Amino acid sequence: MKVGKQTYLLDNKVYIQSAYSLAGPYESKGNFRDYFDCVMEDDEWKCKSHEMAEIEMQRFVIGECLAKVNVSPLDCGAIMGGDLINQIVPTSFSARDFHTPFMGLYNACATFGEALSIGSTLVNGDFDKIICCTSSHYATAERQYRYPLELGTQPTPESQWTVTGSGAVLLSKKPGEYPLVKGYTIGRVLDFGLTDPNNMGGAMAPAAANTIITHFKDTGRSPDYYDLIITGDLGRFGRETLHYLCKKEGYVLDNLNDCGSMMYCDKQKAGQGGSGAGCCSLVFASYLYRRLVEKSLKKVLFVPTGAMLSKDSALQGESIPGIAHAVIIEREDFY
Amino acid sequence: MEMFLGYVKAFAIGGLVCMIAQILINKTKMTSARILVMFLLLGVFLELVGVFKYIENFAGAGITIPITGFGSTIVKGAKEGAKIGLFEAVTYGFRNMAGGLTAAIFFGFFFALIFRSHSKKA
Amino acid sequence: MEDKQYMEYVHANAQKSNHIVTLVWAFLVGGIICCIGQGFGDLFKFALPDWEKSKIAALVSMTMIFLGSFLTGLGVYDKLGAKAGGGSIVPITGFANSVVSPAMEFNKEGIVLGMMAKMFVVAGPIIVAGTVSSVVSGLIYWIIGLFN
Repeated sequence: MKVGKQTYLLDNKVYIQSAYSLAGPYESKGNFRDYFDCVMEDDEWKCKSHEMAEIEMQRFVIGECLAKVNVSPLDCGAIMGGDLINQIVPTSFSARDFHTPFMGLYNACATFGEALSIGSTLVNGDFDKIICCTSSHYATAERQYRYPLELGTQPTPESQWTVTGSGAVLLSKKPGEYPLVKGYTIGRVLDFGLTDPNNMGGAMAPAAANTIITHFKDTGRSPDYYDLIITGDLGRFGRETLHYLCKKEGYVLDNLNDCGSMMYCDKQKAGQGGSGAGCCSLVFASYLYRRLVEKSLKKVLFVPTGAMLSKDSALQGESIPGIAHAVIIEREDFY
Repeated sequence: MEMFLGYVKAFAIGGLVCMIAQILINKTKMTSARILVMFLLLGVFLELVGVFKYIENFAGAGITIPITGFGSTIVKGAKEGAKIGLFEAVTYGFRNMAGGLTAAIFFGFFFALIFRSHSKKA
Repeated sequence: MEDKQYMEYVHANAQKSNHIVTLVWAFLVGGIICCIGQGFGDLFKFALPDWEKSKIAALVSMTMIFLGSFLTGLGVYDKLGAKAGGGSIVPITGFANSVVSPAMEFNKEGIVLGMMAKMFVVAGPIIVAGTVSSVVSGLIYWIIGLFN
């Protein structure tokens, strides 16, 4: 059901039946260390390259996510997901091990939001089960967007640390005591002309602000309707900027937080916090999912954010547009 | 004592050159390749205008170990070759680069065969 | 909010580098690397008294390049670079680092098309700039020589 300009509320119930998270070695020492389902001791994971490790990570996460609730991959309508690497190789290659239809998505770090939106719409329609999965890996992202790993460059203070990790969720029609996807607001690509590829929080904050404000306007809700508004990977600076931008428009987000800036603890020198397509899916599948299951959170607005850039676009002098999708996750009380 | 003073000078000037690079990095967010090219060209320029040898006499390794030294040896080679003829003028600069380049390429090849790159653990 | 206003806000509020700390690191590390180079220079002058000065200088840079490559291979140089910034980029060891690090990074794509082909993705500009300036300066000296 369309509400307002960009928001869609789902008529049927779409349950998040299962979630599984796999965290890299550095993430497993961060703030969410007690929430992860599985932890990698080293980020090569006995694979020949970091790219292959990322394929293996996604394959593992999808398999375990299904095994947790005894669902066969053959019963799933589709695997949806993406990552940051060229031609979304890790996700596509991990899907070749399952006899399940596959749809590859790309929205930079907001891919998980896109996957949840499309997946929940399909489950709201005729599909029975959909797996949404994204991943990112520090070493592969470094090679994709920045420099060789061993090059002695100095990280700028605005920069973020790409999260090594992957998270998968299973969206399903099967009723149970699970959190629900209630709806979503699809974001627009917004460009405020920022050109510094290190400061992605600043580039994404306007898009996140636009999506969140549009969401409130469309639904007529106020920020305190939600227990938590959590963005994807804005980092500390991006979170402050988002708060400032929303305040200017008259929305005070006191319950705002950010997956990326919560990821690492202070003594881990990770700049502004975590980033990457796996950042929000990892936090969602571990910390958020657990708190939703425990009912310590009941209404969450989950806003993965993405910065659209490539190595070449930055060199050609293009600015960095951002995107954000807001997904409404709720618990129902009457179980 | 004189030798010790040489080290102090090399330390001070070398540190200063690197500090200028760091200021550029902080202010302009230049990447390492650009910094290296800039300082190479700075060395070429200093040698061309004839200032480099005075700095070298003062600071020794403080100016020759930074990539500026690489730039200056190139120009020195070109200057030497120009005395002989046109062909030598355009090729002797590269001849002076040969030592450093050979070392970089050979060791690059050699170490890349042995070692693998690893993720940073900050 | 306008684009321009927003850019100003970001420039004013984004976290800045801690200048003093980074400068001190760059100064110290750069100075130490130059002193090591000076040390090798003195050593070679002592050990090889009949070598000419330019050959000694080339030998010193080759030794420093070896050291830079070796430390890169061990995975030490990138950690040093994260602290020292310009202090480890500008010395000739930083040039070695920028050759070896892509070679190590891309050897997973094979020796020929990976390592050899991509060895110069970072250091290529330096070699091009060096070669071009060598030809240009050679021509300048040659033309000057014509008039003398």
